[in-house]
Amino acid sequence: MTATLRHAGYVLGENPVTAFAFALFFLFALCAALGPSLAPYDPLASDTAEALTGPSAAHWFGTDQLGRDLLSRVVVATRLDLGIAVISVALAFGVGTLSGLAAGYCGGWIDRIVGRAVDTIMAFPLFVLAMGIVAALGNSVANIIYATAIINLPIYARLARAEANVRRNAGYVEAARLCGNGEARIVLTQLLPNIMPLMMVQVSLTLGYAILNAAGLSFIGLGVRPPTAEWGIMVAEGASFIVSGEWWVALFPGLVLMAAVFCFNLMGDGLRDIVDPQRRT
Amino acid sequence: MIALRRLATALPSLAGVIIVTFLLTRALPGDPAAYFAGPAATAQAIEEIRHLMGFDRSLAVQFIDYLRHLAQGDLGTSLSTGQPVLQELVTRLPASAELTLSALLLSVAIAVPLGIAAALRPGSLIDHACRITTTAGVSLPTFFTGLLLVYLFYYLAGVAPAPLGRLDVFSTAPPQWSGFYLIDSLIARDFDTFWAALSQLILPAATMAIFSLAPLARITRASMLAALGSEFIRTARASGLAPRRITYVYAFRNAVLPVVTTLGMVFSFLLGANVLVEKVFAWPGIGSYAVEALIASDYAPVQGFVLTMALLYVMLNLAIDLLYGLIDPRVRLEA
Repeated sequence: MTATLRHAGYVLGENPVTAFAFALFFLFALCAALGPSLAPYDPLASDTAEALTGPSAAHWFGTDQLGRDLLSRVVVATRLDLGIAVISVALAFGVGTLSGLAAGYCGGWIDRIVGRAVDTIMAFPLFVLAMGIVAALGNSVANIIYATAIINLPIYARLARAEANVRRNAGYVEAARLCGNGEARIVLTQLLPNIMPLMMVQVSLTLGYAILNAAGLSFIGLGVRPPTAEWGIMVAEGASFIVSGEWWVALFPGLVLMAAVFCFNLMGDGLRDIVDPQRRT
Repeated sequence: MIALRRLATALPSLAGVIIVTFLLTRALPGDPAAYFAGPAATAQAIEEIRHLMGFDRSLAVQFIDYLRHLAQGDLGTSLSTGQPVLQELVTRLPASAELTLSALLLSVAIAVPLGIAAALRPGSLIDHACRITTTAGVSLPTFFTGLLLVYLFYYLAGVAPAPLGRLDVFSTAPPQWSGFYLIDSLIARDFDTFWAALSQLILPAATMAIFSLAPLARITRASMLAALGSEFIRTARASGLAPRRITYVYAFRNAVLPVVTTLGMVFSFLLGANVLVEKVFAWPGIGSYAVEALIASDYAPVQGFVLTMALLYVMLNLAIDLLYGLIDPRVRLEA
């Protein structure tokens, strides 16, 4: 454990970009946890006298067409955006990893069913499938979460299946079997912990993708409804002001959205450095 | 023969796609019969529609019915426009195809040379530039990049036209031949229209290209590095072949297969991004058609759109599979 920590410290020191990504992540986590109390204004309070003013000392990110403070809205939206991404990735991770493990470990008909289901999902352009799912199940935040989870599922299922397939006859698995452990117990207590580091890298990478996906869905009017503060919707609301020069309405939510995705992608690359044994010295 | 065998491997995906789209049509929120009957319908009218649309029959019978409609090209009727969905999709498809293909060409034209240059000089300035572009590219939300480009090139610089569709108001569409304005206007020798269409196309295509550049450049760099490090390259160098010949004929020919594989994934991105970019640029393609229908809770066009996109994607993957055999004779031998 201390070796891992020392290695993590070494990677962070070697690669300041990864350290920066982790710092950014803590900032986002802080905004998500404390959002409403950090925001200087009420994110829903409109003030028509102050509508569409550019960035200033009072309103750092400016105000939108109803005079709402954009900084407050961006900060408060963090909880919703990260929440959607985290819950959907957790669902995809749970279902995908377990079905992939079962498929790779047991083989046979379970493998065929899981493989066929994963192939079917992958046969769709993923964002289009998410659109179709939300359209069919109904336009709500919960369904955005399910849709995002479904399109992320194949990544986990495939990775877990490949890893379980390689390791199902590994020495420690045979030893556990010899000691009289049941198959389900072997999968959960021996295989799962061993593939966990690899899966965590994927979690970080897919979190970025999940945020993009959810913001894209709400940009085209699915899921989150105005006046709720959400980054994708805020960019959509600002889109009509871009052509008349009020750039800040769309720019700041867009930049924050970009920073969040960037942060998760960089963190994924950094995590890979930490967990990848080949790079450990 | 090989083509036929490849075709057979696409059949399960095709079946999966059709089953999923069928299930999606049955999962409409609430009672689909009540939905199609409209808000003012009586209980009896809803019952009649339920019977008419077959919702009271078993799922298997409904599925066979669905297949029969599909075979006849019947994707239902849009509630908001009253037009058959298939007809609208067909008239709007060329706009989306022109945009997506231009974006892909642009992206390949930038990503592949960038990846090769980065692989030739690892650790150099161009390598770092490549790494930054690839990480930033996948983090950019396409709709935001589009808006940013509109602001920079339309509002500030004034060099791009207003983001309002495929042609400005002063131009007329060229006579329809392929449906691609760039090609049709060239055939008609109407260079003003060609220019107008090109200037409308360039921003949305660039938006999608920026997004899809990253995976292509990354994989080109990685597979070029692997190819350049292999022994046949060392032999070729030792034999005194010209560096240019080594890079492009020996190394690139061997590095291109993973790049083509990645093209399939990039297409999945592009077809999804298409929807967002069409909304930003008011592009009259099938993506914006689906978005308009979604907002109006008009489900038949959305389902038709999802099915069309999935079928296109399955066919694209098939084409890529066939391309393998052309690029790499070893793949043909294995098959």
